[in-house]
Amino acid sequence: MSLKTVVLGIGNILLSDEGVGVRVIEALAGDGGWPAAVELIDGGTCGMELLDQLENLDLLVVVDCVRGGRPAGTPVALRGAAVPVFFRTRLSPHQIGLSDVLANLELLGKAPRETVIIGIEPASLALGMELTPTVAARLPDLAELTRAELRQHGLLAGASA
Amino acid sequence: MSKRITIDPITRVEGHLRVDVEVDGGRVKKAWASGQMWRGVENILIGRDPRDAWAITQRICGVCTTVHAIVSVRAVENALQLEIPVNAQYIRNMIILAHAVHDHIVHFYHLSALDWVDVVSALKADPDKAAELAQSLSNWNGNSKAEFRKVQERLKGFVGTGQLGIFTNGYWGHPAMKLTPEVNLLAVAHYLQALDIQRYASKIVAVLGAKSPHIQNVAVGGVANPLALDAQSVLTLERLMAIREWMLKLDDFVKNVYLIDVAAIGAFYADWTKYGRGITDYLSAPDIPLDGKGTQFAMPGGHIADGKLDSHKPIQSFGDPYFTAGVSEAIKHSWYDYKAGNDVSLHPHKGETTPNYTDFQDDGKYSWLKSPTFYGKPMQVGPLARVLNSLAAGHEPTKKYATAALELVSSIAGAPVGVDALHSTIGRHAARAVDCAVQVDELLRQWDLLIANMDKGDFTTFNKPVFPKGEQMGVGFHEAPRGVLSHWIVIDSGKIANYQCVVPTTWNAAPRNENDQPGAYEACLVDNPVADPEKPLEVLRTVHSFDPCLACAVHVVDEERRPVVTVKAV
Repeated sequence: MSLKTVVLGIGNILLSDEGVGVRVIEALAGDGGWPAAVELIDGGTCGMELLDQLENLDLLVVVDCVRGGRPAGTPVALRGAAVPVFFRTRLSPHQIGLSDVLANLELLGKAPRETVIIGIEPASLALGMELTPTVAARLPDLAELTRAELRQHGLLAGASA
Repeated sequence: MSKRITIDPITRVEGHLRVDVEVDGGRVKKAWASGQMWRGVENILIGRDPRDAWAITQRICGVCTTVHAIVSVRAVENALQLEIPVNAQYIRNMIILAHAVHDHIVHFYHLSALDWVDVVSALKADPDKAAELAQSLSNWNGNSKAEFRKVQERLKGFVGTGQLGIFTNGYWGHPAMKLTPEVNLLAVAHYLQALDIQRYASKIVAVLGAKSPHIQNVAVGGVANPLALDAQSVLTLERLMAIREWMLKLDDFVKNVYLIDVAAIGAFYADWTKYGRGITDYLSAPDIPLDGKGTQFAMPGGHIADGKLDSHKPIQSFGDPYFTAGVSEAIKHSWYDYKAGNDVSLHPHKGETTPNYTDFQDDGKYSWLKSPTFYGKPMQVGPLARVLNSLAAGHEPTKKYATAALELVSSIAGAPVGVDALHSTIGRHAARAVDCAVQVDELLRQWDLLIANMDKGDFTTFNKPVFPKGEQMGVGFHEAPRGVLSHWIVIDSGKIANYQCVVPTTWNAAPRNENDQPGAYEACLVDNPVADPEKPLEVLRTVHSFDPCLACAVHVVDEERRPVVTVKAV
């Protein structure tokens, strides 16, 4: 039995490295053949519209840019106690929408059983539709980190037709 | 002693919004609204294919994705004088209406009701009495005693852990909170039910838009939904029937819960009909086109001067020169420069986006928002503008629900409450609920229109656009949930040469204009009461009544502008 899983890429693709979460979703979608229980969502900067899709998950993997004072392009994985801290301290700009959704899910008793944040330190959040070269160069690593997270939960691309 | 309060919301998507007020003797004396982020998205579009603009502009804002997609294709179609198939209008209309219904429900229950409803007080309620009260107002099946007891238990469990979660930052126990514990419990029960119901509106947008949360079915020339009654992978009758079921669930909730709750809460807060009047020049665009060209609309729009309904002047078609010639934008108090100087106002087709940041100057430049005007005057836009223009135009559905809502308010308040009470903070909430009831009826009607047209054998959804050589100019307008939205495009030989977005929040949150006249937020906040500057709940009530894009963070600062407290308002 596969775990009901969502990989949610969030960010604004008009603000250069802000859009990195969405770019990872595009890369994973390109792998193809994910188990039916895995949904890949380009969440952009949306909020409450996502409520339905994030209900009663076994695993939520959020991919986003994460500002934590590390050198630009450093990938990070946050889990366990670091997850609520991520939402409290606004390391990324869109937690208002997403944190509201998760808080409402908690109120309904339908919050994800496990949440993991996969992120990368941005180099720039300036206006523009391209990632900076620093972050673009690490995009494959970030996608791989996300795949590894899924693999640990027994979720592999190319496994289902 | 006068005190300065700064309210600094967090969204970076539509541009951070900050509101500063000067309070003296418990009243707001002066207010400033400031956009805190440069939204130069227009510059990204220059040189691109006009057919791609909608997919880019729907990323401008996290809350209003679909509206920017819709209005962008309308702008290009207007520039090309391209008619689209009526089926495409119906499908777009259903997306527009479902999105609007979603937006209104979520705004009321999840983003602003907690300005009026004390969640902690609901714990003290007698759930049976709360249910009896609810049943006296509506026969909604979620008003049972068992349901209300269950909600209170859930709330106790949530609050009992010391973790208020989503309710952490409310102004619980604030002296401006006036509802009884029973009414508070009723509202909390409906808050939870609204979470459940709003998904049906999202599902409609997702199925028609072919993807969620960003739609992908829109195209210059129509929509990319192949229609058929039986084939796979298209909009089949089966899917259309499912959509209709979801519409009926929304219809039930909006009329038997949302509209009733707003009337009841409004009656208990009748004193709030005296605050938040501000600008009474109202602008709205007609929407829900019923023909391919956009000359007939299900919902009227226009301009009302000085709050007088008999001054209503209609906007009649896409590209109506009354609208397109009337809009201009000033930057005297905005962080931009115009080549022709600071005191001029430019038409969006001649719009310039050259930043000049100066720091926050009370009497100088203080905002990244430009200041739009209609024939030189600042406007209020949004559901209230829409409802008043519709009433003035004799729009029957609006009349029906506005009358019903005002009668209910009057009977609960025990005193007659008329249309004039709508020019207020609480009136904007009432207008939004009336608007929502009208929209949900229209949603069902658009479904009928689509089915009837398919029945006639018309399955067309797309007319191919052709880009001639030379220059074309177009404007698309759309009456979005928060008010009139317009995109202005100049195309040169198939490429975008200029693009300007004039968004609803820019109209309402505008800084002072070239004649130093304040924008809608700024004007509506004056005379607003503030009992406790450390907890400026009343200021939030008035700002939230406009439905600014996302939740706010409030920083109250002392004279030296040091933050003394930070509160997030939801």
